[in-house]
Amino acid sequence: MLAQTVSAVDIVVIVLYLLMVGYLGYLGFSRTKSATDFMIAGRKIHPFIMAMSYGATFISTSAIVGFGGVAGLFGMSLLWLTFLNIFVGIFIAFVFLAGPTRHLGHRLDAHTFPELLGRRYNSKFIQIFGGLVIFILMPLYAAAVLIGGCEFISTVFAIDYNVALLIFGIIIAAYVVIGGLKGVMYTDAMQGSLMFLGMIILLIWTYSILGGVTEAHQQLGDQADKVLGPFRAMGHRGWTATPEFGFGGTEENPEAHNLWWIVFSTIVLGVGIGVMAQPQLAVRFMTVGSKKQLNRAVLVGGVFILVMTGVAFTVGALSNLYFLEHETIAAHGYEETEEQIVTGRDRGEVRRAPVTLLHIDISGNGEPDRRVIGQGLGITADITPRDDGMVDIKPRSSSFSRAVIYRHGDWELNPDSIIPAYVTSALPGWFSMLFMLTLLAAAMSTLSSQFHTLGTSIGRDVFEQATGRHGKSVGITRIGIVIGILIAVLISAYARGGYIIARATAIFFGLCASAFLPSFIGGLFSKRVTKAAAISSMVVGFTVTAFWLLFVKVAESRAIGLVNALFGTEEEPVYSLMQGTTWAQVDPLVVALPLSLIVFVVVTFVTKPPSGEHLSRCFRTSAAQKV
Amino acid sequence: AFLGIQDGFVLAAYLLCILSSLLCVVYGVIMWNRGDEPVDITWAAHEEQVEEDL
Repeated sequence: MLAQTVSAVDIVVIVLYLLMVGYLGYLGFSRTKSATDFMIAGRKIHPFIMAMSYGATFISTSAIVGFGGVAGLFGMSLLWLTFLNIFVGIFIAFVFLAGPTRHLGHRLDAHTFPELLGRRYNSKFIQIFGGLVIFILMPLYAAAVLIGGCEFISTVFAIDYNVALLIFGIIIAAYVVIGGLKGVMYTDAMQGSLMFLGMIILLIWTYSILGGVTEAHQQLGDQADKVLGPFRAMGHRGWTATPEFGFGGTEENPEAHNLWWIVFSTIVLGVGIGVMAQPQLAVRFMTVGSKKQLNRAVLVGGVFILVMTGVAFTVGALSNLYFLEHETIAAHGYEETEEQIVTGRDRGEVRRAPVTLLHIDISGNGEPDRRVIGQGLGITADITPRDDGMVDIKPRSSSFSRAVIYRHGDWELNPDSIIPAYVTSALPGWFSMLFMLTLLAAAMSTLSSQFHTLGTSIGRDVFEQATGRHGKSVGITRIGIVIGILIAVLISAYARGGYIIARATAIFFGLCASAFLPSFIGGLFSKRVTKAAAISSMVVGFTVTAFWLLFVKVAESRAIGLVNALFGTEEEPVYSLMQGTTWAQVDPLVVALPLSLIVFVVVTFVTKPPSGEHLSRCFRTSAAQKV
Repeated sequence: AFLGIQDGFVLAAYLLCILSSLLCVVYGVIMWNRGDEPVDITWAAHEEQVEEDL
């Protein structure tokens, strides 16, 4: 029986889960005695809880639904992101960055990431600028996580996306306002454990229904000819192959290398490098009491991230094999429409294709509860009547053409619906329920930290620094959180389709890397770096990223529309200043991070070193002598 | 092909994911009881000094 409608048992399970989360949140809240408890959990958190909390914060519905859907679209190349998530996000971050971050955070009594940077460079501007960047852009990343949760809820329970968004938004708002980081970290550990269990079952189940590891990969490789034409033109060579590598395309096909740059510059590098400068993750390093705890956390984190993202990306790619060869829908009835248009969003452009749709009644209540393409896009669904009056329908679609949603009066193919469609179709009903709780856990643990970071950014980093009213920002923090939630919900309501989850996440991660990474790493390891260099680097990283998103990277510049408003005409629209070249696919990080780093180094060497007195505050050793 | 994946670049990613996770496990086991150095908070004293100067 597939979970298609909400049953009484489903509601009881969800309510029990939410009560458990509420109890753990209250437990943490009741132990929150001070501002230090609220912001960094009193700096005394068990290593298992810290590692699971870091993992559960890092991995959200964005990774599982959003990036899993992108793997369904583009294939297993995304596993390079899993490698970077483990090697950079866990090993490098915990072994090399976490210890110095913890020490610096303690010595400077920093409670937030912008405060850490601001005090390291003795600059109020840096703290306020960092706080503003986080406050303005964190809702975009939070919206990515919200959309991931809502896509799944609306698919599994066959309810309207906006209703799912309303319910989810209310649950999140109630949860976030409960308490500070201590409450959040207790629930994170429980939610992380649930996520781990859900993903392990998903992996084992998927490989077993597809005939085992080698057999599944082999058969998926054999499906390369089923890649849709527009993707093949961009360099897609199948779901177990790397996209065609090169720059500038070929004479016959100028788009031939676009997909490689989309996958590797935006999806893999943007998120893989950006993780080192994530404010909500760096704060986690300030919560541990000793280096020993960080060492132990490496073990937990390395396994956790492999199971989370490795499974999501592998299953996302393998879902193509399931939908093409294995999926059989047992229907009570179906209705095939006349030929109509389905849309798909590609880098801001809406593409259209004529198809017929099958509206399928699975639950037997006379209402359609699943839609697949009957004819069109190179697909012909197999329909076989059975002796018992039921009908077997094999859609024979790839994952992308199987993920049909209804939006604003149009039928649309939506990569963010691939994982929800796969879980609903391929796994039993009880697992849909468990997986929904897994995703709810993944989303809540990340969203709570995002809004916690957003609130302290506007309260402690901006309001307190700008007004000088220290310790008076709790009200502002709460107002900031409410505004952040409202903006994230609004973005979630209007920005569906075109793998928006992965793109929004990559924008936030890439921006944090370009704006913060040079001054963060430099501030941890060098005593020579200067305040002017940090300010210049942050401003250059932010400005170049913003310019690139507004005017060059076509997926964003076309959707935002500013470049066309300034330079385009009705006859000749302009969607990117580098239109028609591979540069229009390249992520801002590829340009902004090197520029930010160069500016940081150059300005450091042309400005006066910081005072020995300030350095001795930041570092344990006699810093003045080491300059 | 090994594990059914013919593309060397994709196969490398698949194996590197597992190897990097193993690296984390080995590091965690070896360092399980090392590195205990609880924290020196200099900022509060600095802020008091600044306020006095003002």
